[in-house]
Amino acid sequence: MFSPQRRGAHLLIRSAHVLDPRSGLDERRDILIRDGRIAELGPAGGLPAPGDVELMDGSGKHAFPGFVDPHVHLRTPGQEYKEDIQSGTAAAAAGGFCAVIAMPNTDPVVDDAAILGSLVERARADARVPVGFLASITRGLRGEELTEMAALADLGALGFTDDGKPVRSAGMLRKALAYQRLAGGVISLHEEDPELSGDGAMHEGAVSARLGIAGIPSVSESTMISRDAALAAYENARVHIQHVSAAESVIALEQAKSAGVAVSAEATPHHLTLTEDVVRTLDSRFKMNPPLRREADRRALVDALRRGVIDCVATDHAPHARHEKEVPFEEAAMGTTGLETAFAALYTELVLPGELDLEVVVERMSAGAALYGLPTPRIAPGEPADLALIDLSATVEVGAAGYVSRSENCCFHGRSLHGRVLVTLAGGAVAFREPALVEAELAR
Amino acid sequence: MRRTLARIAHEIVEGNPDGAIALVGIHRRGAILARRLHALTGELLEDAVPLGFADISFYRDDLAIRASAPVVHATQLDFQIDGPPARTIVVVDDVLYTGRTVRAAIDEVFDYGRPARVQLAVLVDRGHRELPIRPDYVGKNLPTSQDQRVNVHVKEIDGSDEVTIGPANRPRRAAA
Amino acid sequence: MSIPRHLISIDDLDRAGIERILDRAESFAEVSGREIKKVPALRGRTVVNLFYEASTRTSSSFELAAKRLSADVVSIRSVGSSVDKGESLKDTVQTLSAYDPAALVIRSPHAGAAQLIVAWTSAAVINAGDGKHEHPTQALLDVFTLRRRLGALDGTNIWIVGDVLHSRVARSNILALSRMGATVTVCGPPTLIPRDIEALGCESTSTLDRLAEADVVYALRMQQERMRESFVPSLREYAVRYQIDVSHLRSGQLLMHPGPVNRGVELSAAAIDSPQALIGEQVKAGVVVRMAVLYELLAGTPVMAVAA
Repeated sequence: MFSPQRRGAHLLIRSAHVLDPRSGLDERRDILIRDGRIAELGPAGGLPAPGDVELMDGSGKHAFPGFVDPHVHLRTPGQEYKEDIQSGTAAAAAGGFCAVIAMPNTDPVVDDAAILGSLVERARADARVPVGFLASITRGLRGEELTEMAALADLGALGFTDDGKPVRSAGMLRKALAYQRLAGGVISLHEEDPELSGDGAMHEGAVSARLGIAGIPSVSESTMISRDAALAAYENARVHIQHVSAAESVIALEQAKSAGVAVSAEATPHHLTLTEDVVRTLDSRFKMNPPLRREADRRALVDALRRGVIDCVATDHAPHARHEKEVPFEEAAMGTTGLETAFAALYTELVLPGELDLEVVVERMSAGAALYGLPTPRIAPGEPADLALIDLSATVEVGAAGYVSRSENCCFHGRSLHGRVLVTLAGGAVAFREPALVEAELAR
Repeated sequence: MRRTLARIAHEIVEGNPDGAIALVGIHRRGAILARRLHALTGELLEDAVPLGFADISFYRDDLAIRASAPVVHATQLDFQIDGPPARTIVVVDDVLYTGRTVRAAIDEVFDYGRPARVQLAVLVDRGHRELPIRPDYVGKNLPTSQDQRVNVHVKEIDGSDEVTIGPANRPRRAAA
Repeated sequence: MSIPRHLISIDDLDRAGIERILDRAESFAEVSGREIKKVPALRGRTVVNLFYEASTRTSSSFELAAKRLSADVVSIRSVGSSVDKGESLKDTVQTLSAYDPAALVIRSPHAGAAQLIVAWTSAAVINAGDGKHEHPTQALLDVFTLRRRLGALDGTNIWIVGDVLHSRVARSNILALSRMGATVTVCGPPTLIPRDIEALGCESTSTLDRLAEADVVYALRMQQERMRESFVPSLREYAVRYQIDVSHLRSGQLLMHPGPVNRGVELSAAAIDSPQALIGEQVKAGVVVRMAVLYELLAGTPVMAVAA
């Protein structure tokens, strides 16, 4: 992971409700952080306040292990008008994330060591939270030649993906999976059969029938998951399925897992909380790939996340400029931003109505780290300070005050969500403070 | 009302000794009255008098400022406005007020042809003209104030023949 | 309120609204029978036609409708215009606001285009066809034509035959005809009937076997491209199974088509020329129905609209 060297925080957070499912912690505590590490967890209100440490009032707030997003698009190099490493990681910090992994479908594609090397340099200079990188599986995402996976891994690539596009050729994927035994890393897969998805712009179903817009059927995703899981089994490889969207895909995943295939999977906050019905408005904020599907699919995804069939949450944060979205639906770019709203959306739409427990959401929001061989954030003495302080009772009107991201294409725009991030610590340093909080601090 | 209409019919015939007239009633009640005048003038003349009806909705001057589009009835002008023979077109309406309705009716008639002469017959003239329009045949002059409303009832639509004056129940409409 | 501010979808009109427009169209049919086929109702107002798709039929129909209402008309066709040079839809629409149009009639190859531009103009927006989504004025003129022939449409059984998947005419008609009380069945090759089409309020079948049940048969255009895209193996096979010929029509059944017709594909020449075909009446209905739409949307609104 790459980021600038920063001074470790000195901070005492008083009386926050600490919820770290992996440590079994679910109670109010004081958190003392020194030099960017958790020095002590004391009884709520009980720790003495050392003179050189910033005091923060955590009463009424929750402290969670920092979230980790294994699927973001930082649009660097080449598309910085949408987002760059600095603005994208700032958005991540604003959403409580302490680390992100960036996808390589940029311009140029991250398919060789020189490009990856310069990205690493930029992250070391600009990143607000540590950034990991995936390199592409094939050169230029063309699906024809493998990249120098070993060299890229040596430079720090955590894995490989052609995300944005599927790996069409089974033969090519098979070779990549075999080569993984040399290069290491995770092979992450965007699952879509272009012969079935065609020029579809939304889910193929009742809403696409009404709107006369070409649809992407669920089988486009599930058939490819089955194919790729079989190839992974054959080559004894480790794969990660990105942005799962359909009930049929959950079934394919379950079959693969019970057959012992080393496969993990992620789902996005928008697929977990929204359905094709919102597309009736033809608002291009709701155009993404894979598309929003039926309520039955959404429920299957939530259930799969609860049971661990889907291992983690990933936002697939996909910023686009206004002129790329302010066009007729079929012409609009596909994707939604998601870093700033991920936790709040899941908390508001799933936890509050009782569909999913808070502990499950908190766990799955950082489970992506382990899947890529990264340390899992923990709130425990000795651990680096990677945590988010969140006020669950405070609401945010999404987009009312603009976005930290350079782009505004958020599918939750205008919604009132519960769960305001106040402070984020990433890699031991304070990466984000809520603006109102800053003013309150200055006023004191 | 019967006697008033009979008198008007006589006056129309007297005003047009050659009998070359046509009656055009303005929907809705002007059309009813025109039909009655048609019967009455028919008794006084030998040759048939053409009868037509005009709906002036598309010719109103207030379309842009009304709250909604007006209800439209059918226009029927099946005879040749220009002639031959050259006729006096007698426009018939129930109440003459600002004159805007008659202006619209005249415009509509002119879209069908070039009449030799146009005259105006109304049952009631309540004053408050906003345009230089004057009737040739009047049933009764009824001075009113602008916060009053004159209602002409006809058997065919309202069940009785009578003219009443009441308070205006909504802001004065621009055409009457 | 029966008449909405914009006409983007047939859904914008309730049954009373549809009937009001059809009644108005009858008034304009009378106007169209006069020697001077013009009324001054929209004098001084400007109607802008923005056509991103080639269409002589619909565009000239809208132009004539606006002119017969005495409106000033500006027609912009995408070919050869700044649109072609890459000007965005938003910029084009905002530039057109310089004409202070009372109405903007837009045809686009993309679903939702009409809905999208509502936010960028103070004009009343009329959808003249957006992608494969809707074509509300076509549905209105079809309902007008049928109403003239049959009176009230309650209980009438209507079959829409052909490429429903790619047809905005079919979508708008299913909605409009159902709203007027008719029962609609769509029929075509399984590859060209959208999955879940019944959610729009119709039935579906893939053979013409029960065609005799229909009071009205509405045939859709079958395009060459569908064969190239393998929706049907060949137009010949389509014609064998789905072409409407006079022999398919029992006496009393009416035949409709939105035009232009592919003779010998979806309809046989004999069917097109038969007295049961209402195609010519549909074309005539186009101008008067569009006059009614313009009149109802624009009469009664402020001449100088406040910017949205």
